[in-house]
Amino acid sequence: MTARAPATRIEWRLATVVDALPETPSTRTLRLDVPGWPGHRAGQHVDVRLTAQDGYQAERSYSIASAPEDDKLALTVERLDDGEVSPYLTEELRAGDKLELRGPIGGYFVWDVPIGGPLFLVGGGSGIVPLMAMIRHRNSCLAAGDREARKKLPARLLYSSRGWDEVIYRDELAALAAKDPTLEVVHTLTRNPPDGWTGFHRRIDRAMLDEVAWPASDNPRVFVCGPTPLVEAVASTLVDPV
Amino acid sequence: MTPISRGFRGRRQPEGAAARLPPGQYETRDFPVLSAGPTPRTPLSVWDLTLRSPDGQSARWTWDEFVALPREKITVDIHCVTKWSKFGTSWEGIAIDTLISAAAARGVKTASYVMARSDGGYTTNVPLADLTNGKGWIAFNYGDAPLPPEHGGPARLLVPHLYFWKSAKWVRELRFMENDTPGFWESLGYHNYGDPWREQRYAGDE
Amino acid sequence: MKKTTKQSRARSAAGDRPVDSLRLDGNAAAGMLREVFVPDLTAGRAKCAGCGTTRSIGALHVYSHGMGMVVRCPACDGVVLRVARTPTRVWLDARGAISIVISGEN
Ligand SMILES: Cc1cc2nc3c(=O)[nH]c(=O)nc-3n(C[C@H](O)[C@H](O)[C@H](O)COP(=O)(O)OP(=O)(O)OC[C@H]3O[C@@H](n4cnc5c(N)ncnc54)[C@H](O)[C@@H]3O)c2cc1C
Ligand SMILES: [Zn+2]
Repeated sequence: MTARAPATRIEWRLATVVDALPETPSTRTLRLDVPGWPGHRAGQHVDVRLTAQDGYQAERSYSIASAPEDDKLALTVERLDDGEVSPYLTEELRAGDKLELRGPIGGYFVWDVPIGGPLFLVGGGSGIVPLMAMIRHRNSCLAAGDREARKKLPARLLYSSRGWDEVIYRDELAALAAKDPTLEVVHTLTRNPPDGWTGFHRRIDRAMLDEVAWPASDNPRVFVCGPTPLVEAVASTLVDPV
Repeated sequence: MTPISRGFRGRRQPEGAAARLPPGQYETRDFPVLSAGPTPRTPLSVWDLTLRSPDGQSARWTWDEFVALPREKITVDIHCVTKWSKFGTSWEGIAIDTLISAAAARGVKTASYVMARSDGGYTTNVPLADLTNGKGWIAFNYGDAPLPPEHGGPARLLVPHLYFWKSAKWVRELRFMENDTPGFWESLGYHNYGDPWREQRYAGDE
Repeated sequence: MKKTTKQSRARSAAGDRPVDSLRLDGNAAAGMLREVFVPDLTAGRAKCAGCGTTRSIGALHVYSHGMGMVVRCPACDGVVLRVARTPTRVWLDARGAISIVISGEN
């Protein structure tokens, strides 16, 4: 179930990579075994720390992709060609390797079922990761047959990717949406749409949000995650007093 | 003990550059941007530079006056406390020596320490002796082009023999002080002096 | 009232890096703050000493400078918190916050 952040100072833990599965040509999901993991809430992240032979260390944040209900902790990492840490996580690391991390971190960008909905998620690129944790959490909490519970908590995802092959969790999102009419997934492809693509083919803009977002009168819970320019553009459109 | 991450090297140079690198540094070919705030964009029409004595006496240059001072070309290695070093960066700027003599003519007296102050509120302290005798400049060209805002343009302090945080971006004022006072990073755990060759990264190092 | 919660990551490549894409949200400061405080500060609220506005720390702007984290007020760009980690210490400067309010329940 949803766990509160532990009331202790946060510590580094040693996780073991259970498996590493490609999601797209440039992203990979690492499933981890983390002894003593205290549980997390959807939307939280971990800090990962790598240590070289000579003691040099590099630290980066990665959102948790798995739902709190899942038995393994999953991270999905996108490879940046000239990056320091992401090429290591997406290429070098393999099952059985150890990985130092600490978490869960962040009590602000979190959602769980009791917070309620409607839930409007807007993501760009690997910004889908914490949103996926929310979608998975929603799915595991609301019993498959419970139409009523799902109707009370509808969710919509507006997800911007460069191309169709770069859509992270593409099949899983399609499968979830297919069996759950209260989950809508809307893609926009900014660069290379496949032949015959009829969906959005541009960056997320006001007109798209007007079309996809719930009206403000429905009191949606909105979570936006992605590169800073996308987040700022969306947030300034969906303005609300802070 | 921290476990070693199998196969992780970090973004560092294989071999070779070693002799030119201060301890703990690696060579980078690009020019990383570290930013502690939004990039200030002061129009040149309102930009000015001030040198100020401890007694409050000051000398001020507008942009046009500043770039009309005698210039120097500088090619140096730079070393950032976050561990990257970049070799052979070339700059053009006005030597602090030049500014000080021009300011002296206007009654500005120096003192043992200098606080550099920038647009956006950043500050850093440097001993006067580390800025004079050809050791410090205010640079406004990088390569052959105007220094871009993300790298501190229109003008930044350049003190290449100290860690690069001392080379304050967007500098607007040099204030001479009788007593040393820590600047932005120096008051948050970083070394007061910051010599890369002695690896003076943090307060208490050495 | 709808509530928008955002999280940004500085991650564009050097070439097409837009201005100030190095800016993140308060979320990014969470890990470092948790080294100092037992409660999670990003869910708390801070009152800016510069302009007096109060916001969730998670909604402040974080400049994850390689040397430390500089947390600024989105209204006035004033520095609200600064945190730096040295090998043996964590340095926190909260002079830019008049108050920080954290939920007492755990
Ligand atoms: C809260 C949070 C959650 C995150 N969650 C995820 C996640 O779920 N999945 C994910 O893939 N990522 C996530 N990130 C991003 C992640 O933390 C890393 O930033 C990312 O993996 C890149 O790290 P890297 O070491 O590979 O690249 P870096 O070496 O850090 O470089 C990043 C990019 O910037 C360029 N660059 C680096 N330094 C500079 C510089 N100084 N000036 C100009 N350009 C520069 C590089 O060339 C590269 O393109 C998250 C970030 C945050 C803050
Ligand atoms: Zn303010």
